[in-house]
Amino acid sequence: MPRTIIEKLWDSHVVAQQPGAPALLYIDLHLVHEVTSPQAFQGLRERKLKVRRPDLTVATLDHSIPTTDRSLPIVDQIAARQVAQLGTNCAEFGIRLYGLDSDRQGIVHVIGPELGLTQPGMTVVCGDSHTATHGAFGALAFGIGTSEIEHVLATQCLLQRPSKTFEVKVPGTLRPGVSAKDIILALIAKIGIGGGTESVFEYTGTAIRALSVEERMTVCNMSIEAGARAGLVAPDDATFQYLQGRPYAPKGAAWDTAVARWKQLPTDEGARYDRTVTIDADRLEPMITFGTNPGMGVPIGSPVPEPSKISDPAERDALVKALQYMGLEGGKPLLGRPVNVVFIGSCTNSRISDLRTAAGVLKGRKVNPNVRVLVVPGSQEVKRQAIAEGLPEIFRAAGAEWREPGCSMCIAMNGDYVPTGEYSVSTSNRNFEGRQGKGARTFLASPLTAAASAITGVVTDIRTLL
Amino acid sequence: MTFQNVESHMVPMPNRNIDTDQIIPARFLKTISKEGLGDNLFCDWRYDAQGKPKPDFILNQPIAKGAQVLLAGDNFGCGSSREHAPWALTQFGFRAVISTSFADIFKANSLKNGLLPLLVPADVHAELFAAVAKSEHAKVKIDLPNQTLTTPGGRQVTFPVDSFAKHCLLEGVDEIGYSMQREAEIAAFEAKRVGSINTLA
Repeated sequence: MPRTIIEKLWDSHVVAQQPGAPALLYIDLHLVHEVTSPQAFQGLRERKLKVRRPDLTVATLDHSIPTTDRSLPIVDQIAARQVAQLGTNCAEFGIRLYGLDSDRQGIVHVIGPELGLTQPGMTVVCGDSHTATHGAFGALAFGIGTSEIEHVLATQCLLQRPSKTFEVKVPGTLRPGVSAKDIILALIAKIGIGGGTESVFEYTGTAIRALSVEERMTVCNMSIEAGARAGLVAPDDATFQYLQGRPYAPKGAAWDTAVARWKQLPTDEGARYDRTVTIDADRLEPMITFGTNPGMGVPIGSPVPEPSKISDPAERDALVKALQYMGLEGGKPLLGRPVNVVFIGSCTNSRISDLRTAAGVLKGRKVNPNVRVLVVPGSQEVKRQAIAEGLPEIFRAAGAEWREPGCSMCIAMNGDYVPTGEYSVSTSNRNFEGRQGKGARTFLASPLTAAASAITGVVTDIRTLL
Repeated sequence: MTFQNVESHMVPMPNRNIDTDQIIPARFLKTISKEGLGDNLFCDWRYDAQGKPKPDFILNQPIAKGAQVLLAGDNFGCGSSREHAPWALTQFGFRAVISTSFADIFKANSLKNGLLPLLVPADVHAELFAAVAKSEHAKVKIDLPNQTLTTPGGRQVTFPVDSFAKHCLLEGVDEIGYSMQREAEIAAFEAKRVGSINTLA
């Protein structure tokens, strides 16, 4: 029977299946960071267990760490303790840690791919909901909680039920000024933040095929924001080219064997999905969110919805509350609204191609004096590459801050935050109340839109600056 | 953590799409323990800038005292995978959350912490909100072995729950211990694996 890539990935990782019980699913790569793991390691200690496969496990620091000068001590003592605890845990359990002194440190979802650890056909987990990022390689990658982290550390397996298969078709060609971020924001706006619950997305279609691997990561990254367990793109030559030569990618004859195996992964002709939705790339506009969840998004020139025009009372209430928090009125577009902060970074948009895009807009221009702009590379490797290309000079000359790698203002637990009541245009993934700081108001958008808004000081359609 | 049957009044929180950043804001995730999160449950909705309880928020009202059931809007627990969310909810005293839908990771995390995500159809959901609006003392009974919810009006409805999760909740099954019993199968699977990475290399 023809199978989707989602089913192939599942089938090839089932270790055991007891009647009535969930499958025991094997995990090929376990990524660990400081925030969701301490209680899992403590659990192992209390049970007197070891990490079963430290060779399939890797850790880094990203969420709690400052993005300022790394030679200085961490001022926040609670964060410092959490950072130190990951070091202790990795040393005690024999896990490789890309820590603050490592030239490979970075956001967990940025370093996995760039080290070549993430490969097609794998199952990848991490105690982080944006683990779907790794799906860009044709891996089944999903976020887990701390109990499940402990389970994987102890057994290298998880107890799981299969997800529904959900095809997200993106035919057509993106127009200038429209990017990968706009595809995913448009999908979430279309199906809602619970639209993908219990499902794994497979992104297909000519517009997806035309994306670079880094852009595919941006799309897969936000699958969770539509409620999906995971999202993935079948591997192709672009995937193989990205991987070849990376530190942990197979070498020599093993490379050829691996590519031959990976070529078997794409969905078979005639395979059926439980559900399909289509986003027409030809008609896509740059997207921006106006509300307090990632599904509250519109094309950048469109007005914010008006509560009075919404018939469903619960939906209307949600919109009223969101607009109140955001200090916005329905019926007007966001274009032209003043912005206080622009954040270019996060596991969604902090890779070298994102920084090149932002630099392309900022080059030879000046950031509006009313705007604070943070550019936070996703990893030390991204930072090195950016320096080699002269990007920090472009950012600094324009008046933007160039920082050290980390999650930074996406989750605002490291000292980088948007002050209460202020507006940010952010390339991150969540606009929940308080996400970027208590009382912060977030407009999610692409690096192009963020950079354009940084220059003008107001929400701006990049196409007016091209 | 085993789940005992619950009979309790409900705390209504009708907002749709309550995300885990609201349940427990990220700044409380710098902890390395599971303790002390209940006091910060819904922190930014619950306290003002000076840290004083906001009187109009439901958890600061008499109804929240002793309540074991949270009656929540659709798609509860979306967003971040933080297990701190069910830790905070259970530390506050909740044993079950009733909604029409739950985010996947939140649901899995809850089941591992003795917190029952109880799924009801829209009509039952509406009936429960109406009952709480009428009387703060309106109680529901949750019987997990029989998978029944008894509404304040006396209507008994069945609710779905994954059979394995139910077994684990009732018997307090240690899932790690359960999986470790499959060691021979895990080892056999590993022996056949191809193309593995080695992060220690």
